[in-house]
Formats: sequence, C-alpha cells, structure tokens
Amino acid sequence: MTALFVTVFTPLLGGLVLIGVQRLSWAGWINILVCSATFIGASTLAIAVARHGVLEGFSFRVDAFNVYLLVLTAFVGMTTSIFSRPYMRYVCDTGKTNERGMRLYHVMFQLFLFTMLLALSTDNLGILWVAIEGATLATVLLVSLYRTPEAIEAAWKYFILCGVGIALALFGTVLLYFAAQHVVTEPSAGLSWSTLHGVSTQLQPAIMSLAFVFLLIGYGTKVGLMPMHQWLPDAHSEGPTPMSAVLSGLLLNVALYAVVRIKMLVDGSLAASSSPHVAGYLLMGFGLVSFLVAGLFLHRQRDIKRMFSYSSIEHMGLMTFAFGLGGPLATFSALLHMLVHSLTKSAIFVTVGHATHISGTQAIDHIRGLIRTQPAVGWGLLIGVAAIAGFPPFGVFTSEFLLLTATMQTQPWFTVVLLLGLAVAFAGLFRHLHPMVYGPMPQGQQPVKANMLPVMVHLGLVLWLGIAIPGFLARWLDRATELISGVHLL
Amino acid sequence: MSLDHLTLLQQFMVVLAAVVLFTSFVLLQQSRLVAAVHAFAWQGALVAMVTAIVAVAGDQLHLFFSAALTLGLKALLIPWMLHRLVRRLELDRHSETLRHPALVTMAALALVIFSYWAVAPIVQQELIFTRNIVAVSLAVVLIGLLMMVIRTQAVAQVLGFMSMENGLFLAAVSATGGMPLVVELGVAFDVLVAMVLFGVFFFQIRESIDSLDVDRMNRLTERVDEP
Repeated sequence: MTALFVTVFTPLLGGLVLIGVQRLSWAGWINILVCSATFIGASTLAIAVARHGVLEGFSFRVDAFNVYLLVLTAFVGMTTSIFSRPYMRYVCDTGKTNERGMRLYHVMFQLFLFTMLLALSTDNLGILWVAIEGATLATVLLVSLYRTPEAIEAAWKYFILCGVGIALALFGTVLLYFAAQHVVTEPSAGLSWSTLHGVSTQLQPAIMSLAFVFLLIGYGTKVGLMPMHQWLPDAHSEGPTPMSAVLSGLLLNVALYAVVRIKMLVDGSLAASSSPHVAGYLLMGFGLVSFLVAGLFLHRQRDIKRMFSYSSIEHMGLMTFAFGLGGPLATFSALLHMLVHSLTKSAIFVTVGHATHISGTQAIDHIRGLIRTQPAVGWGLLIGVAAIAGFPPFGVFTSEFLLLTATMQTQPWFTVVLLLGLAVAFAGLFRHLHPMVYGPMPQGQQPVKANMLPVMVHLGLVLWLGIAIPGFLARWLDRATELISGVHLL
Repeated sequence: MSLDHLTLLQQFMVVLAAVVLFTSFVLLQQSRLVAAVHAFAWQGALVAMVTAIVAVAGDQLHLFFSAALTLGLKALLIPWMLHRLVRRLELDRHSETLRHPALVTMAALALVIFSYWAVAPIVQQELIFTRNIVAVSLAVVLIGLLMMVIRTQAVAQVLGFMSMENGLFLAAVSATGGMPLVVELGVAFDVLVAMVLFGVFFFQIRESIDSLDVDRMNRLTERVDEP
C-alpha cells in the first residue's frame, strides 16, 4: 500500500513544492527527481502486485490491468521530464515563454501526472471522472503556454470540447450509480468498480446500455475517437512538445482504460440480454472509423506535430477496435499495442521537438535534410516512424500482427479493411517523412543540443518487445487479458 | 403516469424540476449577458432547493451539505465570479443578436422530447417519478450543449457549460439521492477550478483577438491551399 501512495501522491507533492521554486535551473532537476521517485514507487508497486495479486483498500484497486499502465505512465513521465529540462530551457531562452510560464509548466506537468496516476489506480468510478477532468484542467493552460493566437484558440477548443465530453461522461456515471442502487445495498459502494464487477450480471441492462453510450461519448472524446477528435490535433500541435508527448503517450491511454473498465461492467450486465455484444460493436465501429479516417487525414497534413497527432488518433482507433472485438487474442494485442504505441509515440514527439528546433518551424515543407544536419535526430525520426508504421521487428508490428490474426479468426472481412487502412497510413507517413529526413539541407542549418537518450531507450524497448516479449511481461499482460476477456491466452 | 399518486414533496420536486427546465430556456434565449448570469444563478438556487427537498424527504444528512454546496457554488460564487468578469471585461451592455431564435427554441423542444424518449427504459423501475426528473435533467444538459453550439460569445458558452453541470447535479440528486460525498466534493472542486481557468481564458482570448466572439478564432483548420 505504501508503494501505491508513494506512486500516486509524489507528483502531487512535487507539484506543490514546484510552486515555490524560483530558480529555473533547480525546477528542471526537481522535476526529474520527482518523476524518478514516482517511477521507483511504481516499479515497487508492480513487484508487490506480481507477488500478492490484487491490491485493494482506501478505494484504490491495483490489478494486472492497471499496474502495467501505472508503470508505463510513471516511466514515460520520467523520460519526458529528462527530455523537457534542456528543451524547455531552450524555449525559454528563445523568448517564447517567460519564467512564470516555466513555473506553470513544471507545476502543471506534475499535477497532470498526478491526475493520470489517480485515474488509473482508483477503484471509484466517480473519482476516475474527477481525475480525468482534472487532467484537462491541468493541461489546458499548457496548451496556451506560448500565447500565440493559434495556441489560445487550440486551448479554448480543447477546454470546451473535452469539458462537454466529460460532462456527458458524468451523466453516464450518474446513470451507472442509479443502476447500482437497485443492487448494491451500501450506497457508498455503488460507484466502486470491484463491487459493481462482482454484481454486474444483476445490473439493469437497459440503464447500463444507456449509461455506456454516454460514457463512451464522454471518455471517447478524450481518447480522440472520431468525430469527437477535433481538439486533439490542435492541442498537440500548438502546445509545447513535451506536453504533446505525454498527451499522446498517456492521456489517450488512460481515457481508453476508463472506457474498457466500463465495458467490462456493461458486458456483464448485458450477457443475458438479447444483444450481449452491443458495447463491443460500438467500440468496433468508433474505432474502425477513427482508424480509417485518421489514416486518410495523414496525407494532407502540413504541420509535423499535427501529422503525428493524427497518427495517434489512428492508433487509438485500432486499439478501440481491438478491445471491441474482444476475445483473448484481440485483447492481448490491444494491451500490447497500448504499451508500444505510448513508448514509440512519445519518442517520436521528443525527436520532432528537436527537429523543429533545428529547422525553426513546424511546417513539413520547410523541414529538410535532418540526417545531414544532425544524424541522431534524423535517424531517430526515421526509426521512430518505421516503428509506428508497423515495420518488423518493432513491437507495433507484433501487436498489429496479433490483432490481424484475431480479426481473421472472428471477423475475417474486417482483415481486408484493416490491411487497407494500415497501408494508407503507412503511405501517408512516409510521403512526408522521406523529404524531411533525406532532402537537401537548407543553407546554414545548424545542429542543436539534443538529448536523444529518452528516444533511444524508448525505441530500444519497443525493439525488444518486438523481438522477444520478456516472460514476466507476457504473463502480466496475460493476466490482464484474463481479467478483461475472461479467458487467458498463454 | 398519474401525478396524484405522488406525495406532496414529490409533486413539489417535479414542479421545481420543471422550473429548472424553464430557466434553461430563458438562458438559451437571453441576449444580455448580465441577465443571463442572473438566470443561471436562479437555476443553481432551484437545483439547491431540489437537493434540500430530497434531503428532507429521505432524511439524509449528507444531502443538506450537498444542497449548501450547490447553493454556495452554483447560485452565489460562480454567478458572482461571472458577474465580476463581465464587468471587468466591460460587457455589461453587450447584447448579442441571436440568430434564428424560433428555430433554436424548436430545437430545444425537440431535445426535451428526445430526453423523454431516451430515458424510457427507466420506467420499468419502481421509482416511477424519477423518470420525469431524469428526463428533465438530461434535457437541461442537452440544452446547455445546444447553447454552447449556437452562441459564439465566450461568456455565453461558459454559461451553457455551467448549466450543463446544473443538469448533472439535478440528475445525481433526484435519481440517486446524491453521489458519494467524496465524488461530489471532487466534482465541485473541478467545476470551481474550471471557472477560474475560464476567467483566465477570457482575458487571453481578448488579448489575442480583441473580442470575445470565439467565431473569430479560425486559424486552425485543415489548411491545404496555403503555400
């Protein structure tokens, strides 16, 4: 339990401490220190959960499903903080933001991590809502950090769209609580996920499906599912790059996690009704549309960060589809995909941050000759994109391959659609990538001081996961698969 | 559904819920911001009243607390903050011309009917009168959403957002007898922080486009034609 409290509350404490830190150079290091402590806490927690199974108490619940996301969140938070220290210093030196902006950045970065970890570890669906709304509140001021008209517009759009979405999710939560009250006698336990999961077969199917629609639209807005995705490319492209990395790598995952938790309850409730798979079909539909349309949108992007945010929508769509498909193999592939996508995408955003500093713009047309200017950044981008496009031997290939196999087993016709979508997305990414990496180097383009260590670690891990998933991780994912789909794979 | 089977308190609750819905319509059609803020404050007060009645009827202590919270936050604090912002932004005399007012009212009516249709499954439950109030609160939520879509003025959009939250509070109180206290506190905290941030944004937006008409923010699109 101590490990859990350390993991969840260290960022909160760190955020509060950082309010008072005046010196910029200290703030960056404290940020790294706090994130490392969180990561150590999360790793200890993971070992405890691996030994003792489910950890419950004080309306927290850590099981196989969320523990790996907790470790992932803490890890990506740590590497992003390492990247962001010199990066944000550079941004501050170029006058895009001032010292107050930097302080806001550090405080909000920690508070954002706190809300993410709280959302993942809580057992109470109401607290889950509060935490996910808190994540919007923590990041919205960061999106407008540079105070350009575009940034303010993006932040307003993000605030309003996610605010509305999340309000609908609260209505869904109320309906869920309403359904629970007829089954659970103790009123305070009516929002506890583990209690509800135990009695899910007795929950009223009619109310549960209505609640699911609201919750899916609400949290789906945060996942970036079409057509509620409008905020995502704007917020990613206008905010500071470390923010894009954690938004893509963490926030989207956590929102999807919430959807899957709810789906588990709804599936239990609908199991005996005439349409037991409604929730799954809804996820499949939303996921497939997001996957296909985002793939097409990749082709017409002119801003590099916008392009990669569409790629995030595409991958979130793929995961949503996989969770909707259900079954052990698809669920396993979705869990693995969550892991590798977050690692790869945050590595890509870090690289893109350096690339935009090299060429001084985010316009794809003006980013040229990265490999010649700075090989580390150029190769980082090339390998990162190869990984995210699903090239073997990277982990994304493994998870996509597993998903295709699962689709072939249950819904063979969708395999064709998926393959087509993957090809479209692949072409969309590479037509822009090639000139950026190889094209002629513009006159006077200088390399920048870049810390590529986080990128190398992330991509190294993704490569490792593609070649051989370590036994303990496979068993971990397998236990999560068993929890979600009821059947284990290995 | 026959209303005469309900107890007096329940009938009173249904009437109050109807008045909440009415304030939603007022809010939707109000072109002057100060008057809209007042309508919003009344809506908050009515929701607090419903909460207090449920507390009396069910003799639930924590709901008194929740009623006080709603009253303080939704009827006093947030309207006061909005009022002050409107004055500081010199928008007290601002009056927005509403496009297609008749059409908007019709759309809102359609949303009310839709809400009744959407919550129809709940009729099977034993608490027959909650269906009415859940439908009304869903309608308040959807009308708030409609308001955010049709209004282009940033303050009016925030009013729509806050009135959505009122609808959610109403649903939580009437259908379930209030959420657990810790959740209610968390939600109230989020709403308060959101309000503070909205205030910050009003100034940022005005600094950026010299107006609070968010329709003028149109720099971010899928640009293809530009060089």
